[in-house]
Amino acid sequence: MTRLRFRDHEYETQGRSVLDCLVANGHDIPHACRAGVCQGCLMRAARGAVPARAQSGLRDTLVEQGYFLACQCHPEEPLEASLEGAGAQRFCARVLARRQLAPGILGLEIARPPGFDYRGGQYLRIVRDAGTARNYSLASVPGLDESLHLHVRAVPGGAVSGWLHGEVGPGDEIVISGAQGECYYTPGSPGQDLLLLATGTGLAPLWAIARDALRAGHRGRIHLYHGSRDESGQYLRSELERLQERAAQFRYHPCLAPSREPAQGVAQVALRDTGSLAGWRVFLCGSPRMVEEARIECFLAGAASGEILADAFLPYEAAAPDRHPRQPELVPATGPD
Amino acid sequence: MGLYEEIGGAPAVNAAVDIFYRKVLRDDRIKGFFTGVDMARQAAKQKSFLTMAFGGPNAYTGLDMRKGHAHLVQRGLTDVHFDAVVENLAATLRELKVADNLIAQVAAIAESTRKDVLGR
Repeated sequence: MTRLRFRDHEYETQGRSVLDCLVANGHDIPHACRAGVCQGCLMRAARGAVPARAQSGLRDTLVEQGYFLACQCHPEEPLEASLEGAGAQRFCARVLARRQLAPGILGLEIARPPGFDYRGGQYLRIVRDAGTARNYSLASVPGLDESLHLHVRAVPGGAVSGWLHGEVGPGDEIVISGAQGECYYTPGSPGQDLLLLATGTGLAPLWAIARDALRAGHRGRIHLYHGSRDESGQYLRSELERLQERAAQFRYHPCLAPSREPAQGVAQVALRDTGSLAGWRVFLCGSPRMVEEARIECFLAGAASGEILADAFLPYEAAAPDRHPRQPELVPATGPD
Repeated sequence: MGLYEEIGGAPAVNAAVDIFYRKVLRDDRIKGFFTGVDMARQAAKQKSFLTMAFGGPNAYTGLDMRKGHAHLVQRGLTDVHFDAVVENLAATLRELKVADNLIAQVAAIAESTRKDVLGR
C-alpha cells in the first residue's frame, strides 16, 4: 500500500499507476496512450521519489526537476504528485541594485529569497499585480552568485519592463515566481560540445549556462554566439571576453547584422564554424523567430531533437499561466498544423 | 508478438523520429506543410504518428485524422504528398535495418489512414 497525495487528497494506490488511481478518484488528468509514449500525462513529484521507470524517455532536465509519466508510475514510497511546475510558487524578494548594461537593457539584482531553488538559465516570473506578470531569465548561477540577476529589455509600452526600468529601485520588494524552464546546464556529459545561440537579452540565460558549465568542469567546447542589430546591443562584451581568456574551451562570437534580421544570422554564422552538430547540445534563447529557425537549422545540421533546448522570448507572453514544460499534444493529431 | 514489439517498441520510435523528421524537412514535395510551425510540437506529433504506424498504443479515430488534416487539404494536400510521407517512412525504416516484411506492415497501417487524411 502506497500513499499518494494530490491537491489535498490522499489515496492508496493499491498497485495501480498514479494515473489510474487519480482518474479512478475523479480527477481530470491529461493523458492519451497510457503506455509511456505520448508523454501526455506528465506530472511532477512535489514530494517523494518516483521509480526510474516512470522517468524513462524524459529529458535529463525534466528528470532532475522530478517530472514523471503518471501512467508508468507505480510508486514504492509515499508520493505527492502535482500538475503544476515550480512556477506556481510565489516569493517576496528585495531589489538590491540596478545597472544599465546597454541602452535599453537594465541589469537587475535581487536578493535570493530563502527556499528559492533554481538553475542558471531558468526563468522566473515577475508579478507586478494579479493580471500583470512577465518572464525573465536568470543570468546568475547558484554557487557563483549570491543574488539573482536579470536582464530586462525596455519594451515600448511594456507594463512590467517599463515599471522595472522607470520605478523600481534598491530596497523595493517585488513578487517573483519559483524558477522553471529547461534551458540550463546539466552535468553528466562533461565532454559534450555545447552551442549557445542568443539574440538580445537571450544572452542572460546563456551567460549563466556557460559559467555554470565551466564551474562544473565542463571540458567540451562551449561556443556562444550573440546576435544583435548594432554594437550597442552587444552588452557584457568585456565580461565575455575575460571569460574567453580564462577558459580555452569557451568561445564568444558577437554577431552584428545591421542590414538584416540579426536572428537569422546567428545560426548560420555558427553552423559555418561548427559543421555537423551530431553529438552537440544546443541552447537557443531569444526572439521567437530566431528560436524556431535556428531549431530547424540545428536539427537539420545533425543535432538530435532531444538535445535542442530553447526558450523563446515571446513579446508579451500574454501573462500565460505558469508554463508547464513543453509536452506533446494530448489529443490525437498526427498531421502538421 | 505484435508488430510494435517486433519493431522494437518505444526505443524504435525514438530512434526513428529524428531520422524521419529530417527526411520530411528536406523533402521539397512536402516540407512546406511542416515548416513555419513550432518544431517541438511537430516532433511530438511525428512521434505519435510513428507509434501509430508501428502498431503501437494510440487513440486515433478516423474522425481525428479528418479534423487534424482538414486545413491541409484546403492548402492542397493530395495523394502526391501522402505518398511522399509514406516513402520517407519506409526509407527511415530501411535505414534502421528493419526487415522488409515489417516495413510492409507499417506501410499498410499508414495506407489505411489515406482516405481520412485526405478528407475523402
